[in-house]
Amino acid sequence: MIKAILVINNHGKPRLLKFYQHYPEEKQQQIVRETFQLVSKRDDNVCNFLEGGTLIDGNDYRLIYRHYATLYFIFCVDSSESELGILDLIQVFVETLDRCFENVCELDLIFHVDRVHHILGEIVMGGMVLETNMNEILQRIQEQDKIQKQEAGITAAPARAVSAVKNMNISQQLKDIKLPDLPSLSNLKNAF
Amino acid sequence: MALRKVRSNIDRIFDKSLTDLIRGIRNNKDNESRYITQCMEEIKQELRQDSIYVKANAIEKLAYLQMLGYDISWASFNVIEVMASTKYTEKRIGYLAAAQSFHDETDVLMLTTNLIRKDVNSSNMYESGIALGGLSCFVTPDLARDLAADVVNLLSCSRNYTRKRAVLLLYKIFLKYPDALRPTFPRLKEKLEDPDPGVQSSAVNVICELARKNPKNYLTLAPVFFKLMTTSSNNWMLIKIIKLFGALVPLEPRLGKKLLEPLTNLINSTSAMSLLYECINTVIAVLISISAGGDHTASIQLCVQKLGVLIEDSDQNLKYLGLLAMGKILKTHPKAVQAHKDIVLRCLDDKDESIRIRSLDLLYGMVSKKNIVEIVKKLMEHVEAAEGSHYRDELLSRIIGICSWSNYQYITNFEWYISVLVELTKVEGTEHGAKIAEQIQDVTVRVESIRHFSVSQMALLVENAHVLLAGSAQQRSNMCEVLLAAAWICGEYSQHVRNQQGVLESMLKAKPSVMPGHILSVYVQNIGKLYCSLMSQAEEEDDWDAIDSLDNLMLSKLPQFELSEHLEAQERACNLMAIIRIVEKLHQDRQKMGSEVQKLYDGELNPVATKAQRKVPVPDGLDLDAWIGEEWAAASEDESDDESDIEEMFGAPATRPKMLENEEQEPVVQDLEELGGGKKKKGKNGAEIAMSKEEIEKRRKLREQEIENNPYYVKGSATAPKRPTRFGNPLERVEIVEKEKEIQSPLEIPGVVGLHRYMEQQDSTLSWKKAKEDDIIGGGKKKKSTKKDGKKNGKKSGKKRRTTSTSSEEEDRIVHKVNRNDGEMPEGAKSTDDEDEKITSIDEFRALDMDLDAPLRPDEIVKAPQAYTRVYPSQQKQGPLVPRPPTTFEPRLVAQQQEPAVKLVKEKKKKTGKKTTTATAVAKLKKKKSLPESSASKSNLFNMDDWLDGSNGNVPIDSTLEMKSTLNVEKPKKLKKSAISSKKKVREAYEETSGVCTPSIPHQPSPIDSEAATSSEYCRLAANKTIYVDFVARPNCDPLDHGRLTVHLRVSRKEHKEKIRKIELNMVDTLNAKVLKESEDPILLAEELDSDATSSEASFDVQVTATNVSRTMRGTLTYFLVDDEGTRDDKLDLRLPIPATVFVMPNSSIRKDDYSALLASDDVDFGATQNVATGEVKLKTVLTQIVRKAHFSIVEETPKAASLFGRTVGGEPICLLVKKTSDGVQIDGKAGDEQLIQSIIQDVSEICARA
Repeated sequence: MIKAILVINNHGKPRLLKFYQHYPEEKQQQIVRETFQLVSKRDDNVCNFLEGGTLIDGNDYRLIYRHYATLYFIFCVDSSESELGILDLIQVFVETLDRCFENVCELDLIFHVDRVHHILGEIVMGGMVLETNMNEILQRIQEQDKIQKQEAGITAAPARAVSAVKNMNISQQLKDIKLPDLPSLSNLKNAF
Repeated sequence: MALRKVRSNIDRIFDKSLTDLIRGIRNNKDNESRYITQCMEEIKQELRQDSIYVKANAIEKLAYLQMLGYDISWASFNVIEVMASTKYTEKRIGYLAAAQSFHDETDVLMLTTNLIRKDVNSSNMYESGIALGGLSCFVTPDLARDLAADVVNLLSCSRNYTRKRAVLLLYKIFLKYPDALRPTFPRLKEKLEDPDPGVQSSAVNVICELARKNPKNYLTLAPVFFKLMTTSSNNWMLIKIIKLFGALVPLEPRLGKKLLEPLTNLINSTSAMSLLYECINTVIAVLISISAGGDHTASIQLCVQKLGVLIEDSDQNLKYLGLLAMGKILKTHPKAVQAHKDIVLRCLDDKDESIRIRSLDLLYGMVSKKNIVEIVKKLMEHVEAAEGSHYRDELLSRIIGICSWSNYQYITNFEWYISVLVELTKVEGTEHGAKIAEQIQDVTVRVESIRHFSVSQMALLVENAHVLLAGSAQQRSNMCEVLLAAAWICGEYSQHVRNQQGVLESMLKAKPSVMPGHILSVYVQNIGKLYCSLMSQAEEEDDWDAIDSLDNLMLSKLPQFELSEHLEAQERACNLMAIIRIVEKLHQDRQKMGSEVQKLYDGELNPVATKAQRKVPVPDGLDLDAWIGEEWAAASEDESDDESDIEEMFGAPATRPKMLENEEQEPVVQDLEELGGGKKKKGKNGAEIAMSKEEIEKRRKLREQEIENNPYYVKGSATAPKRPTRFGNPLERVEIVEKEKEIQSPLEIPGVVGLHRYMEQQDSTLSWKKAKEDDIIGGGKKKKSTKKDGKKNGKKSGKKRRTTSTSSEEEDRIVHKVNRNDGEMPEGAKSTDDEDEKITSIDEFRALDMDLDAPLRPDEIVKAPQAYTRVYPSQQKQGPLVPRPPTTFEPRLVAQQQEPAVKLVKEKKKKTGKKTTTATAVAKLKKKKSLPESSASKSNLFNMDDWLDGSNGNVPIDSTLEMKSTLNVEKPKKLKKSAISSKKKVREAYEETSGVCTPSIPHQPSPIDSEAATSSEYCRLAANKTIYVDFVARPNCDPLDHGRLTVHLRVSRKEHKEKIRKIELNMVDTLNAKVLKESEDPILLAEELDSDATSSEASFDVQVTATNVSRTMRGTLTYFLVDDEGTRDDKLDLRLPIPATVFVMPNSSIRKDDYSALLASDDVDFGATQNVATGEVKLKTVLTQIVRKAHFSIVEETPKAASLFGRTVGGEPICLLVKKTSDGVQIDGKAGDEQLIQSIIQDVSEICARA
């Protein structure tokens, strides 16, 4: 069983948390901090297995992690999982992300954490490995994307327009523009 | 322009999307929490909107904030709203949020049962996928119970995608609802042979998880897995299977033997490291399990060799795993591992801490008497070099662990070990001070011959206490623990102290302000011992000046201890002071007190086992839980405090408590034991006396030679061991030499030998080695005597004693014994280790420990969903007033009710004594459920033994194939039968859901459930002179579809000659009630009834539009009568009653106060009353009939009246009051529906009338 999957960046910020056993929110944050403490002090050329920390209460659990650029992918598993198998699984997960986001980087994970969850949902379910074949995973994700697009088709058009506008970063521009220079805009703003 | 366009969506633009939120958080790094609070407010606003789109957006943001540590449980209900959205995208958001934040205590989860059921059964596979995935994260016992049947149905879904998920979800369902395991396990087992490898692998995964917790129940699956292992090429699955075997082999060594060959092949052939590693692991498990018999050196060699390759690999991961696996071999085959000693030792230098710690684990197996010195030396080097206190502490505890391994088995030279321990006291900032102290004490107590050396070292430590007490408070608190051991040893073995006066003075110099209290109290105690010893000596010599000065010294220095903050130290100091004052007074009269005071500290201390306190048997007639006096509530809190203190004192194996035990209790016990013999050794030491004089002489010479050659030894001590004060010189010389060497480490204490110097000294004396060799030669004879000793002791006390070759200076001790036994135990205590190994498996898994091969009991069914799950607005409003039926025990209740019915049916069959060969769907179902299952499991067990005993690998595969083929034969047969007996879709669907893989029909009652229905009591429907028909009608329990009934019919022939053929039923549909069937053909009840097969069963579904009225359906039964004269047709008209009571759910119960609250509310505002003349029938009988036929439950019963409660499938509550009248009963009813209550009252009256 996989007990938890954490993706943490180099500064200890969580990018994805998936616990397959319930912990209250504060406990989750504490686990993130502790786990980060453990992994961050390790060199890159040491082994990927770790023992210790709150997450591992009991001898049966160990942390298996991989470090990619700015992110740590950490799996907490018990002895029924193969250590090397989980390392492969992390690789599958990351490669899938890479294909889905086309050259995945931390920003993708930051802004599309929901999507990362959905992708993870195709690989692991309830703490058990569901699928390891990347082509199968990718196909399922694409099909779901298709459904999402269809649904978004009409109803979400305004929303998309909004987000397009937002993506122009108007608020930032508004901020940048000094108000006295553009009285009309400030009026507009009041009108809202 | 753009702004204007958007203006129509003005409210939307203010709704931040998830992206906006994240961007906002990133832009507000300084006041993140304030920004998020603000966003939370907005989200709350959004959640109040009606638009589900807006809500989904809000929930999406909440899910993100949850990751940042914000509690979002307040939005649980909104999450459910979003989950219920019709749009896939929104639904997915809802399920994601639910998976992240819901847990067992989330109460709104009980509202989701039907929603999830709908989603799980959705035609869109992705919708069903997210529902299954979500459920796997937040399944509760209630959800598990209610949805188990649906998930089981999905096992036969045509889509791999869904099947795979359903299989995995089953594991979670079993965990939460263990009752589902047995009925569903056969279905799960089928999935092991699923055509899709993904589903197969999931099933393997689930069974592996189950088997890991309760392996013995899954042994019978070994042949199936064995076949999978030898045929599959899916590495993921292979790994799981091989891991599973690893869990199974300890239970069945024969299985291990069988596995050895294929595993070895895999090891040699596979290129996947992960698989290779797991194979090695399982081979190790096999080797452990069959270590008793057979020669498997080849396999061990192979494993060790492969692991050696792994360890030497440049990949750190492989190295780590190699060491991990090596550790497992170590336990049973230490020799094989020792070949890799060099590699392992090299790993100690690895830069990776995980690897270093793993290799430390292995050291236990690497050490032997020969190399322990070398290994410990290496570790000591590491201690010095180690950075990071964690690793250093780890090293320290390993060194101690290795040396003390099974009561110092590997140590031959205890002086060396004491030096190691003394050396370890120099380690700065370690937390193992207490451990070291404990070791020093333990060794000194156990090894008599070492005491002199140990005491000399400890005396130096005491004299230089200030060095250990220097430094920060934290460091002090750890390492100064050693002083405790030092003081105790100096006091306890004061006869070995050379300079007693000096040690006593330095002890008296201890500053209570600096020294921790518990050490101080030990100090006081041992000051007393030293004083006593010094005084006795002086008295013997009649040196009254010395006595006076000693008394004065004590009286002047000791009072400062009386001021200690530590209560115990204070107490002991006062105690000692009082004694000394008395002694001093008597001394003034020139009375000798030595022998009197000596008695205070009389007796020999032996090691006490850590568990000894716990093992003291409770004497007969002592009830520890009983109150001694009257219960005193106010004191209870204090008392519990005291208790915990006591526990701390006695439970912990730490040094200090042990010390206290030793000092406070031991002497009492010891004194009692040894009163007679004074200080004479107990019987177990008697063996040494038995040694021949020659032997003694020889040994003494040897020893003397050793002493001569060893510069370290204090020369001349052999002459007068009891007066060490007289010969302090030689060691002083050593001290001087050492002082010249200059202090190296800040903790270096002049005169303390330490490891380095000890080793140096040894190296410089070649003769030492020679002496040792001599010792070995001399050992030949010694061995014999040891053996004898062992035998004697073995008979007497079962304790192990060994002789060692360490030298000693005590004249009267002939052989130097190491007390290697486990320590003293109270009499009557059993030496059991198993109490510590009590399996502490979590209840969660213990609940899943059940025999999976035993045939299913009739009550073991996966219950179909319960009505309470349907949420009605009215119910929501009134909240707790309308209770839901008890959830946890429901299946049991059903079981109790149904069991007698089943028996009835069975008995009937037996009575007729005829076999029912005509297989109708229902009858077959029953057969299929019980008979083949049990026979299959039997054959399974049978084959297990054959399979395991089979010598080569081919047999098992054949036998499993055979087994499977028999199963396969069975299946087509059944199908054929059903084809003959039934053309009707209804029945086919019935048949299929019972196990053969077909797409599921969501609202079909689960097969197991329908089986239960057949076992309930039948009523006569119609009869003529040739046949009669019994029926029972059952509502469909699915609350979404509660207008549906399943009618079970049983046609039986009466006694006569003709055969009855082709019994068909035509039902006339009415406006409100319709038989559900695919074609217009009549329903075939039986192909043929003759003297062999007297009855046949069938069932069909009826859909009614309103459940609140009673109705009847008309139908005709047509059949042919065949006799010698020919064939003629006949018919039987029947009227099938569908009373409203049919839709009352069985087992709906309610608490009394809830019942009265319900009556008071306006939810049951329609009433009806009827009087029924029942004559002489007792009220009890009437009630029983109502309960049985109308499924009401009795809430309260008095001799004259009873109140009953029932709930329709749709969830409507119905209350009944049955009162006894003069000539019958009066029935009053109340419900929320006028039509309903009238129909119900009508039906119930009829039931009463017939009673």
